[in-house]
Amino acid sequence: MKYWVKKELKPPHGKVYIIKDRCKGCGFCIEFCPQGVLQESEEFNSKGYHPPKLVESDEKKCIGCGFCSLICPEFAIYIEKEEENEEGTD
Amino acid sequence: MRKEQIKFYSGNIAAAEGAIAAGCRFFAGYPITPSSEIAEHMARRLPQVGGIFIQMEDELASMAAILGASWGGAKAMTATSGPGFSLMQENIGLGAMTETPCVVINVQRAGPSTGMPTLVGQADVMQARWGSHGDYEIIALSPSSPQECFDLTIKAFNLAEEYRVPVIVLMDESVAHMFEKVVIPPENKIKIVNRKKPDVPPEEYLPFKPERYVPPMACAGEGYNVHVTGLTHDEKGYPQATDPEVQERLVRRLCDKIRKNERKMRDIDEYEMDDADVAIVSFGISGRSSKEAVKEARKQGYKVGLIRLRTIWPFPDEYFEKIAEDIKKFIVVEINYGQIKLEVERNVGKEKVILLPKFGGEIHKPHEIYEKIKEVYNGN
Amino acid sequence: MEIEAKYHPLDKYLRADRIPHIWCPGCGLGTALNCFLQALEETEIDLKNLAVVSGIGCAGRVAGYINVDSYHTTHGRAIPFATGLKLANPKLKVVVFSGDGDLFAIGGNHFIHAARRNIDMTVICVNNHNYGMTGGQLGPTTPLKARTTTAPYGNIEHPFNLCHVAAASGAVYVARWTTLHVRRLKESMKEALNKKGFSFVEVIAPCPTAFGRRNREPSGLDTLRYYKEHSVIKHGIDPSEADIEIGGDIIVGKFVDIEKHTFNEAVEELIKKARK
Repeated sequence: MKYWVKKELKPPHGKVYIIKDRCKGCGFCIEFCPQGVLQESEEFNSKGYHPPKLVESDEKKCIGCGFCSLICPEFAIYIEKEEENEEGTD
Repeated sequence: MRKEQIKFYSGNIAAAEGAIAAGCRFFAGYPITPSSEIAEHMARRLPQVGGIFIQMEDELASMAAILGASWGGAKAMTATSGPGFSLMQENIGLGAMTETPCVVINVQRAGPSTGMPTLVGQADVMQARWGSHGDYEIIALSPSSPQECFDLTIKAFNLAEEYRVPVIVLMDESVAHMFEKVVIPPENKIKIVNRKKPDVPPEEYLPFKPERYVPPMACAGEGYNVHVTGLTHDEKGYPQATDPEVQERLVRRLCDKIRKNERKMRDIDEYEMDDADVAIVSFGISGRSSKEAVKEARKQGYKVGLIRLRTIWPFPDEYFEKIAEDIKKFIVVEINYGQIKLEVERNVGKEKVILLPKFGGEIHKPHEIYEKIKEVYNGN
Repeated sequence: MEIEAKYHPLDKYLRADRIPHIWCPGCGLGTALNCFLQALEETEIDLKNLAVVSGIGCAGRVAGYINVDSYHTTHGRAIPFATGLKLANPKLKVVVFSGDGDLFAIGGNHFIHAARRNIDMTVICVNNHNYGMTGGQLGPTTPLKARTTTAPYGNIEHPFNLCHVAAASGAVYVARWTTLHVRRLKESMKEALNKKGFSFVEVIAPCPTAFGRRNREPSGLDTLRYYKEHSVIKHGIDPSEADIEIGGDIIVGKFVDIEKHTFNEAVEELIKKARK
């Protein structure tokens, strides 16, 4: 029997782009990121708000779901999904 | 008995408090910058004095509601700004035709249309007079300070009750949002006028038969079974929509009751007019800038005075005709492109009138007016 | 690490020289606009034939930010304006984007008639339960007992259930989502845009500065957390059962999706007949 199975299923990964000066510090992306990889940064943008920063770890990485992108009221954050690398199949 | 009080109010709040002091117990309005504070203040205060506040779905409904409330026996008021004032015109016409006492505050802002909601304008003057269709007359007052907002709103209610007509309080955004000291007289010192009730029983009562131009008013629920219609009507109130004599009689009376009583409603604040040979004509916030300019001009020896209109409509034709004998030039200072100027011209002649308009949403600076005074003197 | 960027992929739909927009931090309008533009990206609507009409209020400012033919009309009159626009130029796709007060108080009459006639247009109503632009007065969707500047003792008026009004007036597509349900909102917007007839999408949105602040939700985040706790998705239920109350659940979903002859089709047929 042959199993149709991939050796390892990897979740997609996303690249996070932030337009810092547009951020108005509402906190939506930080609160609702399903992976919790966004945090409020210490820096100030030109309007005095703290834009978010990406903090990934071994357990938590951006999966490119795009929720932050859609919910941001300021068009200040978006993601690009990276190409999936599949490991070989049997 | 409430004693005299000293308050620090904005024009809007002072107008609302003036209404309450005058006995207003019904307010129907709609939020619109820069008059929303009046509605908000009434929402808080009216329940405290047993009155009714309702925010209607639009200005049209607000105007209709205050007409209804007035026929229900209450003193009723609404407040709005330019775009809302335009919507109210149809029912202002109804108020004029049915002789319904009510007060409409128009806090003027820069227009036309949506314009500049947060900036001052004074360009609704002609609309206040001619906004609705047909021949009719209304009264319009113009305060220049929060104190006057308080006083003139009370006066507006009194005039409305006495002449059974919608009275417009033509404020402007600067006066509405300015905070100043307001002295509230003791309760027994505030003169209140109430509508005259019929003194005959229902069988003898003719709802629209005038006593010196104004019929006594019987409201709903008083047993008089009055019919009130916007159609042309006779003294009984019945529609007579095809009778030329009835129409002539009615329209003539609706207009004459205001026109022939102009002198009683005249309210002009004269400043340094005794020996003046040039006069500034202004109203509202522009009147205050003008006063400063006149003070400065007098210091420099110019014999200029200020005619500040507190009652704009009916326009004081007689006053201007008379004063034109002594005044060589009239400088009209208004935040529009020429509206009161037309009325002054009509009375004193175009050659005598110079307009100093400014309508970018800003008030005239006193020195701008002073420069114009100098220009007029040196041009002679 | 995040990457610093200067432009956003949706900027091509925006009048980017007017960004940042005037809405407060935490306002739901930005999110609604974002979902709408993403919906435009994913449908195949020719932008040249898209027209956006709005009224007065914070939601009324949406038209000014979208880079298409946009019309910022008078208070409450976006729908009749849009009706004229669409009928005079049937190849346009007309979207009305406005607020709860503009569309249902002063504009209420126009709304029910356009829905009754089944005019082919999409109406997106951003409902923040008050008149935000003018400082937070009550509106036709202010929940009972909520505090606003013209209801300082708590609102005594029963509010509208907008989806119920739309469905009862004859709208062929009725859906409600909050600004937290971004993906579903975007999908509903796509469906509404592609739907023939009068389609209505209600977007429940935070208004921290004027409404939330007076009703125990000082920031947009507080309101969104409330949506997370209290939203219940119930597709296809009778909209009359989806009232919104303070402290209660917010029922969201697609409530109505039917087919009905549109006014525009009827007018075309009429003209054909008259010209025979």
